[in-house]
Amino acid sequence: MQLIHLILKNLFRHKLRTILTVLGIAIAILAFGMIRTVIAMWYSGIEASSPNRLIARNAISLIFPLPIAYRNAIVAVPGVSVVSYAQWFGGIYIDEKHSQFPQIAVDAATWFDVAPENRISESEKAAFLRERNAAVVGVQLARRFGWKIGDVVRMRSMIFSGDWDFVIRGIYTGAQKSTDETFFFFQWRYLDEQIRRLEPWRAGNVGWYVVKIADPNRSASISEAIDRRFKNSLAETRTETEQSFVQGFISMSDAILVALRIISFVIIGVILAVLSNTMAMTARERLSEYAVLKTLGFGARHLVLLIAGESLLIALIGGAAGILLIGPIVDGFGVVMTLTVGAMFPIVGVSPVTRAVSLLMALGVGLAAAIFPAWRAATLRIVEGLRRVG
Amino acid sequence: MIAIPLAYSLRNLWARRLTTVLTAAGIAMVIFVFAAVLMLAYGLEKTLVATGADDNAIVIRRGSQSEMMSLIDRAAANIIRSQPEIATDPRGKPLAASEAVVLIGRPKRGTGQEAHVQTRGIAPESFAMRPQVKLVAGRLFRPGLSEVIVGAAAERRFEGMGLGRTIRFAMRDWTVVGLFEAEGSGFESEIWLDSEQLLQAFRRPVFSSVTVRLSDPSGFDALKQRLEGDPRFNLEVKREKAFYADQSAMMTGFIRVLGLFVTVIFSIGAMIGAMITMYAAVANRTTEIGTLRALGFPRGSILLAFLVESLFLSLIGGGAGLVLASLLQNMTVSTTNFATFSELAFRFALSPAIALESIAFALVVGFLGGFLPAVRAARQNILQSLRAA
Repeated sequence: MQLIHLILKNLFRHKLRTILTVLGIAIAILAFGMIRTVIAMWYSGIEASSPNRLIARNAISLIFPLPIAYRNAIVAVPGVSVVSYAQWFGGIYIDEKHSQFPQIAVDAATWFDVAPENRISESEKAAFLRERNAAVVGVQLARRFGWKIGDVVRMRSMIFSGDWDFVIRGIYTGAQKSTDETFFFFQWRYLDEQIRRLEPWRAGNVGWYVVKIADPNRSASISEAIDRRFKNSLAETRTETEQSFVQGFISMSDAILVALRIISFVIIGVILAVLSNTMAMTARERLSEYAVLKTLGFGARHLVLLIAGESLLIALIGGAAGILLIGPIVDGFGVVMTLTVGAMFPIVGVSPVTRAVSLLMALGVGLAAAIFPAWRAATLRIVEGLRRVG
Repeated sequence: MIAIPLAYSLRNLWARRLTTVLTAAGIAMVIFVFAAVLMLAYGLEKTLVATGADDNAIVIRRGSQSEMMSLIDRAAANIIRSQPEIATDPRGKPLAASEAVVLIGRPKRGTGQEAHVQTRGIAPESFAMRPQVKLVAGRLFRPGLSEVIVGAAAERRFEGMGLGRTIRFAMRDWTVVGLFEAEGSGFESEIWLDSEQLLQAFRRPVFSSVTVRLSDPSGFDALKQRLEGDPRFNLEVKREKAFYADQSAMMTGFIRVLGLFVTVIFSIGAMIGAMITMYAAVANRTTEIGTLRALGFPRGSILLAFLVESLFLSLIGGGAGLVLASLLQNMTVSTTNFATFSELAFRFALSPAIALESIAFALVVGFLGGFLPAVRAARQNILQSLRAA
């Protein structure tokens, strides 16, 4: 079609301007995609949560523990198949910067039963059960510190006193892409033993219970049953699905997430400004040409298509370039975060949804930027257009 | 002395208004984000640092990142109170406050989602140690009763914490008998009650920290050495300001790194926007440039003229962005402080340094964006440009 030919030719009339505009849009789409990916990282815990797992924690707040004695009572609740438990360790490995990975003490016998997404061989599981101070670590964590099976890891804790020595007896891999492979698991029995020696009044407690249920549809009633069991006791429980538990954490940072979303829209505003500017300049310069085209018989419709087509094409090329670059930049961001802040964000890569949304945004901007120039060209009186010089 | 056709440059900005506005808008948004990020980090720092006093020191368990994790038993607390460097009140009692800090989960206003409020069991000396804390409504709780006072920021952020309301935790109903303000420091996001009541309610025998007033700030080192060296306990002594500043380090680090990444990417976009505008300006004013050259203006003047135009454009954008960012100061942000795991309310804070940095950044963007086009303008051949008419 002639119009497409014209559009392409027009694109290359001002090569420098076109290249710069494409570059500007690429960079803005890059930033937009990066922010969306960071927001998605926050929600990655929800993807990893299982519908047939409940988390029971102290009703006052997560920092208060629950007695180990509760375990037998929870197992007795109808609908519950397996009960496991965990306690946050808050360990310091070498120094605080290196320590930004989660360490938790778990019930070795049941943990991999309630959390089957942490895949581990039977022999490693047996070794974990056998040794008091055995530890199982995620493959990403092991890679980061170069740990192998048999390595001794020494840590201190921010929450408990004393020095702690662990022996790595297993390395687990994640079953899905969203599974966190940076955990450090060790035996709750070892933790309790040490606490009993140094701070006896704190012994016999766990941080939270992980309850596997047979029927996910009954999660609400089973949660209520568990909470009713411990109502009016010293340690009342709050039981909820794992997804709800994770959601609670996410909502604690909702101010940050809102800010990030606002910034991503500001970015779209920036691209809009840049592209609108280019299209407005281009249109103004070509007013006499549009007048000539109208004289030749091209209607307003053709002019609108011409302008919109050029705008969309620039936006498309820029958007595509930006989307290609998101992956490497997000990885770089993750590396910088780990080095400076030691942050615990699991980098799970750029999702196809993010890429699709970014592309759509680019196209949307392409259309929006063309509106004013297209309107001007369409309503142009031929005489006015030919009157302009230069 | 190079004559620069300044008026020419500036009037051109006015003549091509739409382009000027669009480009300046792009730059304004970049500077807005840049300034907002810096203001956020600074506001957080200010809030936490204001939480400490210069002549106070805080004693916690070694390795504790926050008071919530620290445990100090009564025996240790009493020994800390008896240290010679600690100031005494007119009656001769040491100005040392043994406090216990816990987190309780309460629903937030609006969303109803749970977040953690830092709840502090205070000693009678706590108010003397923290002169910035003032009751603004109601009265102080009476020791021995289930009464609490709530910080103004916590009352705003969470449901059901107004004067006269009851909060239920640890199997007791606690009445809110007063509200307090603390000059925007971290204490405003807390709930305060009698420490003995807190310890009893949670059945714990230990405090979290002991905050002491030094009679002479230089006594800090001796106190630190003695207490940290004591083999009976596992203590750490920090200046109160430093302790709270450390708590902000993780959050401010995160905000700054994220902000830096975003701003760098943004600013490249803005530079490109400025470049496009200036290249177009140069291309359209070929005859004018030729005329100026023919009149006698040297190449240097042309270069500077276009550079000035670009700088002025970015100055307008930067100024607009800064003004918009300064409006943020009316907004309070409340989010979970990663270090203490509790809600903290703070504001955006603008400092002269941030304002200067923002304008400087805008000028850099304008300079880098306008340099190459200005060079192109200066290198034009007089005859060819006049012929282009």
